Amino acid sequence: MSAVLFFIAAIGVISGAVGVVVLRNPFYSVLALVAHLLSLAVLFLLLRSEFVAAVQVVVYAGAVMVLYVFVVAYVGGEGESVGERLHGAGRGPAGSQLRLGGAILGGALLVELLIALLGTGLEATSGYGAGYVPGPQTYGTPAYIGKLLLTRFLLAFELASFLLLIAAVGGVVLARRRGGIGEADASSPEGEHETFVPLDLLRPRGTGTTAEGVGAVLGNGNGRHPHADQAPRSHSETGAEQPS
Amino acid sequence: MSIAWYLTVSAIVFSLGAVGVMTRRNPLVVLLCLELMLNGGNLALIAFSRMWGNGDGQILAIVVMTVAACEVCIGLGMVVAIYRRQLPIDVDELRELQG
Repeated sequence: MSAVLFFIAAIGVISGAVGVVVLRNPFYSVLALVAHLLSLAVLFLLLRSEFVAAVQVVVYAGAVMVLYVFVVAYVGGEGESVGERLHGAGRGPAGSQLRLGGAILGGALLVELLIALLGTGLEATSGYGAGYVPGPQTYGTPAYIGKLLLTRFLLAFELASFLLLIAAVGGVVLARRRGGIGEADASSPEGEHETFVPLDLLRPRGTGTTAEGVGAVLGNGNGRHPHADQAPRSHSETGAEQPS
Repeated sequence: MSIAWYLTVSAIVFSLGAVGVMTRRNPLVVLLCLELMLNGGNLALIAFSRMWGNGDGQILAIVVMTVAACEVCIGLGMVVAIYRRQLPIDVDELRELQG
């Protein structure tokens, strides 16, 4: 029974991976990756790691893939046509040579990995793993993983959370609306008599605050600027798209 | 099934991901193929963890998933920024990353 389930899941994993690499449309590639991840969760369950399988389904196939689908829906339509056009223009000997070279390198990598993993004569790889006794505290359960994460691997856990924080800040900075910086630069020659706000040293200009969203420029909130209602200010919302 | 079968599947998935990274041009698909490579590594980690019967490999797999989530966040942010600046979405055309 477990052998049948393994082969079904392994076929799902490998065909999903082939689909990601081969399919033209990025949206179909994302869907193939979802199938791949779900089959991989079945393999994790067969390896008695229930918590990692659940995390795989919830985090990867749930959250990360939804993010991918959003970005493909945002970018994909136009990007696909551009990519197809460039691809059609470049489909000569260079494209086929690239594909052939990639396939040869991938095959060489596969042979090398198989030699490294299987050909070294590790006796334990031909076994079925260590003994397994089902229970609430045994190997692979959430209680076991949680105890390991909070005792022995506490430093890795904290570093991972710090890395997530850095990535969240980086994502906000990368995907913010451009143009706030250009607007701030354009208003700097006439704004030399503005009062010095210490918070501006810490805060980059134009990072998508609510005041920017309604058209007010940062630094006018104190009400001391005399030209606050003139034309460049009121057009800041539409002009924000231009400098990018 | 013995552990060797799982290791074989992980090697195949890793190689397919490497081929995708080398041949595809859309950066979104390149990111997807990076996910494939990370998943191949995860499968090998969990197979070895099962082989030894302790949870160290599973902890490392969870850390790898965290790193993959961070990489997706930054990578998709860069793709959106490239799209906003109306540059071509093609890794052969994008030769520089300066502001």
